[in-house]
Parts: sequence; structure tokens; C-alpha cells
Amino acid sequence: MTTTVADRVERLERQWAERPGVLGWLTTTDHKRVGLLYFWATLVFFGAGGVEALTMRTQLIKPNNSLVGPETFNQLFTVHGMTMIFWFIIPMTTGAFGNYLTPLMVGARDMAFPRMNALSFWIFLASGIFLYIGLFGGFGPDAGWFDYTPLGSRLYDPARNADFYTLSLAFNGMASTLTSANLIVTILKLRAPGMSFNRIPLFCFAMLAASFGLLFALPSLSVDLLFLYLDRNLGFHFFDVAHGGSNFLWQHLFWFFGHPEVYILIVPAFGIATEIIPAFTRRKMLAFPLVAIAELLVVFIGFGVWAHHMFATGLPTTTLVFFAGATSMVVIPSTIQVFAWSMSIFTGTPKFKTPLLFIIGFIVMFVAGGLTGIMFLAIPFDQQMTDTYFVVAHFHYIIFGAAVFPIFGGMYYWFPKVTGKLYFERPGQISFWIIFIGTNLLFFPMHIVGLLGMPRRVYTYPGGLGWTSYNVLESVGGYITGLGILVLFANLVVSYFRGPPSGPDPWHGPTLEWTIPSPPPEYNFATIPTVTSAYANWTDDTPPSLELDVGHKQHVSSLVDGWTAEIADMPHSSPWPILLALALALLFTMLVIDRYMFASIFAVVIALTLLGWHSKEPQEHA
Amino acid sequence: MPPARLLTLLPLLLLATGCGSEQSSLHPESPPAHGIATLWWIMLGASTFGLAVIVGILVAAWFRRGSHGRDRPGTLTVIVLGIVTPILVLAALFSYSDIFLIRGTSPPAADAATLKGAVSVHVVGHQFWWEVRYRGNAVTANEIHIPVRTPVVVYVHSDDVIHSFWVPELNRKIDLEPDQVNRVELYADRAGRYRGQCAEFCGLQHAHMGFYVYADPPAVFRRWLARQARPATAAPTALFMSKCSSCHAIRGTAAAAHVGPDLTHVGSRTSLAALTLPNSLVRMEQWLRSPQQVKPGALMPDLNLTTAQVRALARYLESLK
Repeated sequence: MTTTVADRVERLERQWAERPGVLGWLTTTDHKRVGLLYFWATLVFFGAGGVEALTMRTQLIKPNNSLVGPETFNQLFTVHGMTMIFWFIIPMTTGAFGNYLTPLMVGARDMAFPRMNALSFWIFLASGIFLYIGLFGGFGPDAGWFDYTPLGSRLYDPARNADFYTLSLAFNGMASTLTSANLIVTILKLRAPGMSFNRIPLFCFAMLAASFGLLFALPSLSVDLLFLYLDRNLGFHFFDVAHGGSNFLWQHLFWFFGHPEVYILIVPAFGIATEIIPAFTRRKMLAFPLVAIAELLVVFIGFGVWAHHMFATGLPTTTLVFFAGATSMVVIPSTIQVFAWSMSIFTGTPKFKTPLLFIIGFIVMFVAGGLTGIMFLAIPFDQQMTDTYFVVAHFHYIIFGAAVFPIFGGMYYWFPKVTGKLYFERPGQISFWIIFIGTNLLFFPMHIVGLLGMPRRVYTYPGGLGWTSYNVLESVGGYITGLGILVLFANLVVSYFRGPPSGPDPWHGPTLEWTIPSPPPEYNFATIPTVTSAYANWTDDTPPSLELDVGHKQHVSSLVDGWTAEIADMPHSSPWPILLALALALLFTMLVIDRYMFASIFAVVIALTLLGWHSKEPQEHA
Repeated sequence: MPPARLLTLLPLLLLATGCGSEQSSLHPESPPAHGIATLWWIMLGASTFGLAVIVGILVAAWFRRGSHGRDRPGTLTVIVLGIVTPILVLAALFSYSDIFLIRGTSPPAADAATLKGAVSVHVVGHQFWWEVRYRGNAVTANEIHIPVRTPVVVYVHSDDVIHSFWVPELNRKIDLEPDQVNRVELYADRAGRYRGQCAEFCGLQHAHMGFYVYADPPAVFRRWLARQARPATAAPTALFMSKCSSCHAIRGTAAAAHVGPDLTHVGSRTSLAALTLPNSLVRMEQWLRSPQQVKPGALMPDLNLTTAQVRALARYLESLK
């Protein structure tokens, strides 16, 4: 076939063109558009979670305050935790960053299952709306994000609050499961020719680790939620102590999910860090294979430590010591990464631009939070400090410091790729410093009030116990953090409209996404590159590349060495994902209001939608 | 920067340990609480050093910005710093805390304690108060009296949801489970009052579920226990029988319900509604007038009593010393 480059690009443009307008967004299966939808939706939930946090901080600014009562406060902290974990960090890292960047980094044209990808977004969005309908209706979950039984059982939580908890999380879990499966298959099977395992970017290793973690951890949560739903609504007794059930069962099943979950939250952020560090230090990551293995290992070992959340429950001492030992092991892959990051920055040629500043803030806060985490493997200390503000301080250093900082850094780093514009550097650095100072002022004093005996999850506290001044500092820190986040987004919004054009590769970034135009075209790669290094954009040789320009095609790679094994047809935009998510939302709505007849009707609708989905779609040939 | 901040906060922390707050883990008054506090100071020192090393590396990187670096694999550096160091540190911490220190903070074996005839207390958690039962007849609520410098085994379980029993100045915390009896040992070096609080989220009034531990000289403790074991000093009024007796007991009388706290000697207690209010005639009236305003979500309903009824009931209850 003799075609010029311009002809080929023109043909690709035509074949991969997205439907225009709102309908295009509703039916899109393009991973970049799905990623952007995820991005905007998670930001809305982030805002909601932030407003909840600041309301709580305002309530706690003085003793015996009465801004919100206990009923509201309990819903605020429960929904804040759920939102930040399930509707902000996981969908932001795997949904937005993972979706947008993974195909670009492995040299693919879309995710492995584009329609499933769209489905996971619409399910995610519907589940979040479902949760917030509960909250605004006065039935927000109110027994904490781990909803311990018997407090979450019908007897002690007689209204709909805990039903909104179980159903919204089960609903949300579907989205995460679909995204995880999609990321795993994309990374393992859609790699560009030559991308053997040792050439997969570390970001993708992190996505792989998080996705495997989610796939194996979520079933435990789903079962737990199902049991609780059955207990509450259909008279089962899984957690009913009076009828031979066990309330420990809830805790084991929950934390078997809940601890890997912590690593699932931060490992993608590690992945972001391992992309930003090379780009701004002009060197490859120190100990690349060790870091890749550590990313996987941290999630794997994370499955063996769940009972350290239960050190005060009266488990036998032998059990405690075993889990403390297992917990100490998880420290090792984390220290490997900490030294790999910091020594890479030290030995490289660092340029302290905003993304790298956020990564440095991340390293400092992750080390601080990690060190207090190590303290919890000292069983007596854990038993003293668990369920106090010391724990709240610890996990916010981890979750805000180690997950959200890299997310912010990643927003700056990939902003030129996604928008084609450069952000403004000075306001970027200012936003970093405001957020860094704010979060430390917000979370550091929590260690001290915890040591001084302040339990977590109290809607108010008495004066005279030495807690007040620290609480004032925390609240002020909260407001400063909020201000910094506003500066960050204001900067990005202004940059979007006023920023200078960035060109395809403003940072001389190491990975494949920097080899294509910004923003990337619908088909990502006009020719599929051949990869000879994990830092493909830093390699000078130009090996032959694969030309796929007829039809809606995607190469499929062999599992281990990453050579092209076959060529697959990719689906176009489709209305079925959003329809299926809508039917699921109606099913869950019927379940929460006990309308089982209608629920079964919607189950049939779901089956019909799936039939429609799987009926052969007409292929568009050019 | 965090290391600097840590250092500036050290004196603050030290100050906090000295200012006699009643619920501080940094103000230990028993051997196990001392052990935990010492462990904390050691861990704080080691962690400050660890954080300083990482921040030091990053600050050093800042000073060499602009100069050209190397691009060597550096695997050996990472193995030494990232694997060998943590193994050594973790082994030391694990042996010190989870093999040695844990012996002092763990409860004694169940039968050994009973054989010794040690003092024991049974604490039952309720939404949102603490029932305290002694061997013999003594039952009280939201305050525990123990003899000073004597090990006391506290048996805990919950009557409803999970709570957690925590007196930071005396020992670690222990959860109150509905399907298992747990134990923790209390020991106080000095006579005095120690504040405790529920540490596991238990519902609307989790924030107001406090209690006091009074460590008294043994003779004082024995006198207190004997007084608490006696039946009530005054028979309940008709008003009490009609308004209160469906939930509350007054031992030695017809009022024998066990939904709310036993009120046999309520006048002798120092607080009301699990440390929500100090106990006095005025506060008792305030509580009886509108419990849902004082402690919204508490299981005691507003009884819509007249002012005269409130006054009469409060006077009767306060007479129960």
C-alpha cells in the first residue's frame, strides 16, 4: 500500500472520530474521554469531601461547639471517609490517571475493553449520586467508613443509613472491579511491540499492582456488604450475636479488604512519583527492577496484615504478634521505594518545578506517616493509640500526603499533555507551598491531641483536657489547605484558557505519551511504536513501527515478551454502557427502598440491556 | 519544614506531659502506661532521625540543583539503605515491644487472677454509659474505684454495640465486645482521679461516654465498696416509681429494672450522664428537665416533668448517698 503520512493520518482521523456534542460524551468509549469524565466527576466528589472535612473542623474549633449536632457530624465523618477513598482517590488514580495514561504509556489505542471502561465510569458516577441522595435525604451512612456491626445492624441503625452504606459501596465496587480488570488486560495484552516486562513503565507496574489488589480485595468487602444487607433486610444472622452470628466476622472480612485498600490507594501515587522523578531529574529511576517488584510486593504483603486493625479487640496475643510481624515486613518494600525516590532526586540533575515539588512533599509526608505507621506494629503502643487522633494524623499523612500530593503533582505534570497548554509555574509553586504548610498544620497537631487522649470520631470534646489549642491549629490548617487547593485549581483553569501552547513534549518526558501530539489524537498513535527501553522517549534509535490504519484496529501483544501476536477490532462509541448503568442504578434504588418486585423487573431490564450490548455492532469501514 | 517543626514541638509535648491533664498517655501513672510512654519517646527519637535523613537527602538535592548528576543503576545503595536498615530497626522494635513490653500490658490469665483473689471489677458497656459491678452487691455507673498500688482485673463486655475501655494514664485500651469477655489490668501508682473515655465509635453520644477511675488507699476503698453494696437509704417515691422505675433500679426496693444505670447510690457519684455534667442538685434538675438537650441521642427520653416534679425527683436522687 502506498500512502503518504498525511493520507494515513487523515484516514485515522475519520475512522476514530468521536461523535460530536453531548451525545458524543454520553456514548464515548475513548479512554481519554472516559478518563476526563472520571477526572471531572472525582473532582466534584473531592469538593464534597472537602466541604465535609471543613465543616467538621469548624465544629471542632472549640470545645462543646454546637455548629452541627451528633447526627449530622456522624454522617459527615462517615461520608467524608467513604467519599475520599471510594469516590475520589481510587477513581482519580485508576479511573482518571489510569484510564487516560495507561494506553498512552504502553502504546495502545484504547483500553482493552472500551465499552466496559465507559460502563465502569457511569456505574461509578451513579453510585456516587446514590450515596449523596442518601446524605441529602438525611440518610447518609453514619456508623463510620468501616461500619462496625452491631452498630451498623438494623437494631442499632434502624433507618436507611446503613443501607445506603452497603448498597452504595457494593455499587461502587462494581466500577472498581471493571476498571481493574480492564487495566490489567490493557497492560498485559495491549503493549507496543518490544515492551517486554522489564520495559513496562513503573506507572503501569503501579496500576497493575493496584488493580490486582482491588480484584482480590473487593470480593471480601462485597461479601461483607451482602451479609450485612441480608442481616438488615431479610432477617439473616451473619453478624447477629444473639442468634449465633459473630461481630468479629464483619471486622475480619472488612479489614481483609480494608488493609490492602490502603496500599491500593497509595501505590498508583507511587507510580505517578516514579514518572515525575525521572522527568525532572533527567535520570532513570534508581534500582528500576527493585522498585517495580516493591510496588507489587507492597500490595501482596498488604493482604497479610489485616488484623493489625484489631489489636484492641481482645484477639489472642499469639495472633497479635503474628500480625505485627507481618506488618513489619510491609515496611521493607516501602523503604526500598523511599530510598529509590530520594536517591534518584539526589543523584540526578533535579529541576524543582511544581510537579517535582509535590513529589518531594509527598516523600516527606509519606516518610512521616510511614514512621508513625511503623509505631503501630508495637502492639502495646497500638493498643494505647488506636482509635485516637494519633491514628487520624497517621493515616491522613499517608492518604493526603502520599496519595493526594502525587495526584496534584500528576495534574501539573500531565496538564500540558491533556490540554496542549503550559500551566503557570510560579502560581503552581505557590499552591504547593500553601498546601504543604496547610496540611502539616492540619494534621501534625492531631498526633499530639491523640497522645493527650482525644479519641477519634467525637462530635465535640470538653475543655480543660489540653486539646483546645491544638484543635484550633488543625482547623486553621484545614482552611489554609482549602485555600491552597483553590489556588491550584484556579491556576489550572487560567492556564487552560491563557497558558502558552506546550507542544508535544515540554518536559522531554521519558515515556511514550510524550512522543505524540498534545492533546493526543483519538487514535493516540498514528503508527504503533516499537519499544526498546522502559524510557522509550529517551532512546535514540528509531526501530520500525507498526502501521495500523485500516479500520478500528488495535494490536494485541504476547504476554511475556510483548511482541504483536494478533490484530483486534475495537468497538466504537456505544449507548449500552450508560443504559446499563442507569438500569443498575434503578435496581439499587429499589433495593434501598425495599421494593423487591420492582428490583426484579430492573434485573430483567439489565439482562435485556446486556443482550443489546452483545448483539453484533455494525463495523464502520472506510 | 517538618524536622524543624518536630523540634519546636518537643518542648510543647514535654510541657503537655507536665500540666496534669487527666487523660494523657504522656502522663503515665502505672508501670504499663510508663512502659508505653517510654517506648513512644524512643520511637519519636528514632523517627525524627529517620525523617531527618530523608529530608537531608532532599535538601542536599536542592543545593545541587542545576549541576549535572549521574545515571547509574544504584541498586546496591537501595538494597543497603532500603532493605538492611529497616530489617535491623524493625527487629529491634519488634523484640522490645512485642516480646518484652507486651508482657506488662497484657491482662493476666483468667484463672490465675481469680485464684489469687485479686480485686476484680466487671464493666459492661451500654450506649452511652458504663455499668460497673463489683463482687458482692455493689453496682455503680461511670466511676470505678480501685485500691491504689494493687492490681485490679477489669472484665469487660458490651450489652449492645462495641465500645472501648480506655484510661490512658493507667494502661492500654481494650474493646468491649458483645460476644466475648475481655480483660485488662488497672494499677495506679498514686492515689487520685484518672479520666477514661470510650474509644470505639458507638453511636450518637460516643463523645459523651466518659468515666473516672478513683484510686484510693485500700481502707478508703473498702469503706466505699461496703457503702455501695448496701441497699438504698431511702425508699423510692411514688413519682420515681411511675416515671423512672421501668428503666432504673434502686436496690432493696421494688425498682429493679436494668435498662439504665443503677441509682441506688447515685447521690454519691461525682458526675451525671457519663461525665456529661458534674453531679449536683442543680445539674440533676437540668438533666431531669431535658436529657435530650443535655445529651442528644442518649437513650433516656425527655419525661416532660413539671418543675415541681423535677425538683422533687432531684432532691430524692441526690439524697441517695
